Amino acid sequence: VTLSEGARAGIGRELGMLDSLLSLGGLVLLRDSVEWEGRSLLKALVKKSALCGEQVHILGCEVSEEEFREGFDSDINNRLVYHDFFRDPLNWSKTEEALPGGPLGALRAICKRTDPGPVTIALDSLSWLLLHLPCTTLCQALHAVSHQDACPGDSSPVGKVSVLGLLHEELHGPGPVGALSSLAQTEVTLGGTKGQASAHILCRRPRQRPTDQTQWFSILPDFSLDLQEGPSVESQPYSDPHIPPVDPTTHLTFNLHLSKKEREAKDSLILPFQFSSEKQQALLRPRPGQATSHIFYEPDAYDDLDQEDPDDDLDI
Amino acid sequence: MFVELNNLLNTTPDRAEQGKLTLLCDAKTDGSFLVHHFLSFYLKANCKVCFVALFQSFSHYNIVGQKLGVNLTVARERGQLVFLEGLKSAVDVFFQTQEEPHPLQFLREANAGNLKPLFEFVREALKPVDSGEARWTYPVLLVDDLSVLLSLGMGAVAVLDFIHYCRATVCWELKGNMVILVHDSGDVEDEENDILLNGVSHQSHLILRAEGLATGFCRDVHGQLRILWRRPSQPTAQRDQSLTYQYKIQDKSVSFFAKGMSPAVL
Repeated sequence: VTLSEGARAGIGRELGMLDSLLSLGGLVLLRDSVEWEGRSLLKALVKKSALCGEQVHILGCEVSEEEFREGFDSDINNRLVYHDFFRDPLNWSKTEEALPGGPLGALRAICKRTDPGPVTIALDSLSWLLLHLPCTTLCQALHAVSHQDACPGDSSPVGKVSVLGLLHEELHGPGPVGALSSLAQTEVTLGGTKGQASAHILCRRPRQRPTDQTQWFSILPDFSLDLQEGPSVESQPYSDPHIPPVDPTTHLTFNLHLSKKEREAKDSLILPFQFSSEKQQALLRPRPGQATSHIFYEPDAYDDLDQEDPDDDLDI
Repeated sequence: MFVELNNLLNTTPDRAEQGKLTLLCDAKTDGSFLVHHFLSFYLKANCKVCFVALFQSFSHYNIVGQKLGVNLTVARERGQLVFLEGLKSAVDVFFQTQEEPHPLQFLREANAGNLKPLFEFVREALKPVDSGEARWTYPVLLVDDLSVLLSLGMGAVAVLDFIHYCRATVCWELKGNMVILVHDSGDVEDEENDILLNGVSHQSHLILRAEGLATGFCRDVHGQLRILWRRPSQPTAQRDQSLTYQYKIQDKSVSFFAKGMSPAVL
């Protein structure tokens, strides 16, 4: 870890983990869902990289180049290199415009670059790649890309590579997601409550314990990150201090309360099937004075008083 | 079209947004009233509509359409509506010799990899005609419904690719709109349908989800509609973009009301 990297990480820890995501390098997994989309956060992180002077490459498979570049001003757009896999990713139009080697070929070509500066690669999206490529191929390519600067015996010093991958959690099973998660240095899971977005950040630094933090944030219209403390109190409609809580049992036509005497009687009641010591004594002692019971029967006129037992012929 | 639904979505045929993908899904109820709404909405907006109708026959949509004030036969003759009647043309694949691939060619092939012929049918139907005057405002693709393609043997990724290509052509290139219906079976075992539903959800700008009531069938409230707006062009500070209403379907209209506020109950 060079001095500049350590200093950068230290400042990052003060700003919050969300701001310092890119300083670690490696694979950053952005996990989003239908309700909490992650592309705006991806664009905010791309903007942050571009403002730091890094070269930014975008593998765009899900949205058009215009839609991705929308909202960025021109000096940021000049730093973004967009590799278009949106218009014709499967080469259905059979023209020669298709980029050779597909997305993985483009990824490898970015890494074979000659200039040594730090580079950020944004994969929009990792889900598209995972649906169209075998998981093992994709994981091997990502491993090779994100661990490039640790490669020994390389004569030319290669700068740090950060890979931002947008993953739509619901589309994949636990196996592929687990494999990508184990490759990632940082995982950001998007969620939120009632109009306020949050990011749960899990960070795995080498030779350190993994740390996690939940950060509330919002993205401003110019795609800069606005870190916040938490969901604001006014947005919760249930805790209004001016209206006292209403007791629903006040105007009922039946009584739900017990008086003291009733409560004592209820507590001292023995349940019929509870085996207590009194019951045990009662069963063991024969009850004196218990008259044998009588049955008084008045036969009707048409009753059949056959004394013969119909079950006599049963051979039991 | 249902005027109350237009009010909820804050749109009219004259000033609808372009380049948007709308997902209709239904769970434990029949969401086809939404398909009829959008079909009549876009015909009234003077759009060129390509309707891939895999679920019902042409006459069914025509009868309902007449109740909502549009005539599909006239629209088809005028060239405003291109109608692929799945139920009828599926038979044509087998009993007619075709020179060019039929849009439902995958029914014939044992290992159909993709829906490219269907995409090319859509692209051909909606491509702008060089006739000098612009007759129609913008193109619209309507699909009822996508889950049928899964039942006919296509994989979820192949159907998602078809939607991707349609979105690239219809929404981005031609600045038109798309309306897709996907059933949500709610069945835990149906992974392919879940992948399809979630995949299209991530690509959509607006999701309308019709659900049956959790308590069961009711005569006065037929279901609940959840509206979710996604992917705004500018990120907004407040993310409160989901609404829920209950509805009752009548003969020629659908009435919407807030939860628990059905006129039958009040």
